[in-house]
Amino acid sequence: MSQFALEITDLKKTYDSDVVALKGINLSVKEGDFFALLGPNGAGKSSTIGIIASLVTKSAGKVKIFDIDTDENFPEAKRLLGVVSQEINFNNFEKVIDIVTTQAGFYGIPLKDSKLKTELILKRLGLWEKRNEQARTLSGGFKRRLMIAKALIHEPKLLILDEPTAGVDIELRREMWEFLKEINAQGTTIILTTHYLEEAEQLCKNIAIIDHGELVENTSMKDLLSRLDVQGFVLDIDQSLDQAPSIPNFSISLEDSTTLNVVIKKDQSINHLFDQLSALGINVSSMRNKSNRLEEMFIEMVKKN
Amino acid sequence: MKRRNEILVSLITLIRKEIKRYLRIWVQTLVPPAVTMSLYFVIFGSLIGPRIGTMDGLDYIQFMIPGLIMMSVITNSYANVVSSFYSVKFQKSIEELLVSPMPNWAILVGFIMGGVSRGVLIGCIVFCVSLFFYPSFTIVNPLLTIIVLFLTAVLFSLMGFINAIFADSFDDISIIPTFVLTPLIYLGGVFYSINILPDIWRNISMANPMLYVVNTFREGMLGVSDVSIPFALAMIVFFIVMLTSACLFLLHRGVGTRQ
Repeated sequence: MSQFALEITDLKKTYDSDVVALKGINLSVKEGDFFALLGPNGAGKSSTIGIIASLVTKSAGKVKIFDIDTDENFPEAKRLLGVVSQEINFNNFEKVIDIVTTQAGFYGIPLKDSKLKTELILKRLGLWEKRNEQARTLSGGFKRRLMIAKALIHEPKLLILDEPTAGVDIELRREMWEFLKEINAQGTTIILTTHYLEEAEQLCKNIAIIDHGELVENTSMKDLLSRLDVQGFVLDIDQSLDQAPSIPNFSISLEDSTTLNVVIKKDQSINHLFDQLSALGINVSSMRNKSNRLEEMFIEMVKKN
Repeated sequence: MKRRNEILVSLITLIRKEIKRYLRIWVQTLVPPAVTMSLYFVIFGSLIGPRIGTMDGLDYIQFMIPGLIMMSVITNSYANVVSSFYSVKFQKSIEELLVSPMPNWAILVGFIMGGVSRGVLIGCIVFCVSLFFYPSFTIVNPLLTIIVLFLTAVLFSLMGFINAIFADSFDDISIIPTFVLTPLIYLGGVFYSINILPDIWRNISMANPMLYVVNTFREGMLGVSDVSIPFALAMIVFFIVMLTSACLFLLHRGVGTRQ
């Protein structure tokens, strides 16, 4: 068995409308990885996932799932793959339990076994109490869980999630993160696309960024973040100021009379900043990152591209 | 062997899902044909029928029964597949099938069998209704009747499937049934024998494919027909083969299903 869960070679996609979505993507995801596939809207993420899942036909290139060429044996490759699409894709008028049992049946799991598996996965995702409700009555968060239950019913070795936490509240999002971490720890390779870069930073070990149908970055999360030259911080201070304090080598601006924006270079010490502020009689009551570190990096890369 | 079993399970799952779908909404799917056909039997069979007299040597209501059964089978098998397959496209639940290892032929057979089962069930319901109005009805050739019933349901389910593949809106799934299927059925010998028409209209009627379906079924039920039975059966089978090939080709290319 290959050490790669997914290998994509020179993948191209041009839609009938002549829109070129993918210009020749090369990408490998190692078995057991938690991989982030990021990019702005229209970058080609969903086209890539669609091709892997056979929802979109490719124009050229190769896709291998655990060393199985999808051109040669797509049914076998599909058996190893679970996909959580961006949009809700179940019949809203069916019961939760029927949706998942039917999905199991489509994977060739006999009814008796599929009922057992359905019970297990629904309990695991907190959906068992809602099993006899029509899907349309579920909240947005529970609908997302149902999508994940469907994708996991045949116990895939590779799970692809296309923006799984879009529109989900913070509590549920955190619960989902824990669940995904758990199944990743149990050996499931996960590929995630998301617009919440904090999510990618928290969960993923490796990352690729697509823009305009091309791969602009493919590296480890650690490596990517280490390349960040500057970081922005927001400092809440005790007293009110008319103008920003001037400290040599630090760029400080006033957001409002009691809030400072500070830009700190990679080689600069935060302790030194605090010493200087104390010397000026300014007390800092709290401090936070101005924006997510990965977000800054992402914006920078997309701008460059 | 394992792969074959998996395909069989997935096919049974899809057929079960399709049957459950129309049984769940039985008030919309099973009752209306029974009510509509009862009205046909009351008005054209019991009230107007005796004034018409006989058609091809048979009581008018007796002559009408196979035609009305066929009309119900055709419209319901077509409607079942076109609405079901378009709905899964519209709701994107077709992705549940496309991401699974089910082969295209199993997807096609699953939807067609859903349409066939509804068509045959409606045919049986209408036949039972007809017995209230003509209790002495006996089927002359049960084997031919069953074969034609099944083949007709398959044929029109396939047509419904192709309509759904190309449909982009709910309007698209009602245009063909309203403007093509219904006129052809009404002019296809459901209510009359083409022998009563002037030569020119009889010749034009011979180009209507519904005529062959209705008359072959009438031959099975009553032993009378306006067309050659071997020719009609051959044409039905020919069109089933052609449409099946077309459906598989369209699924393989991803027309209307994959981007």
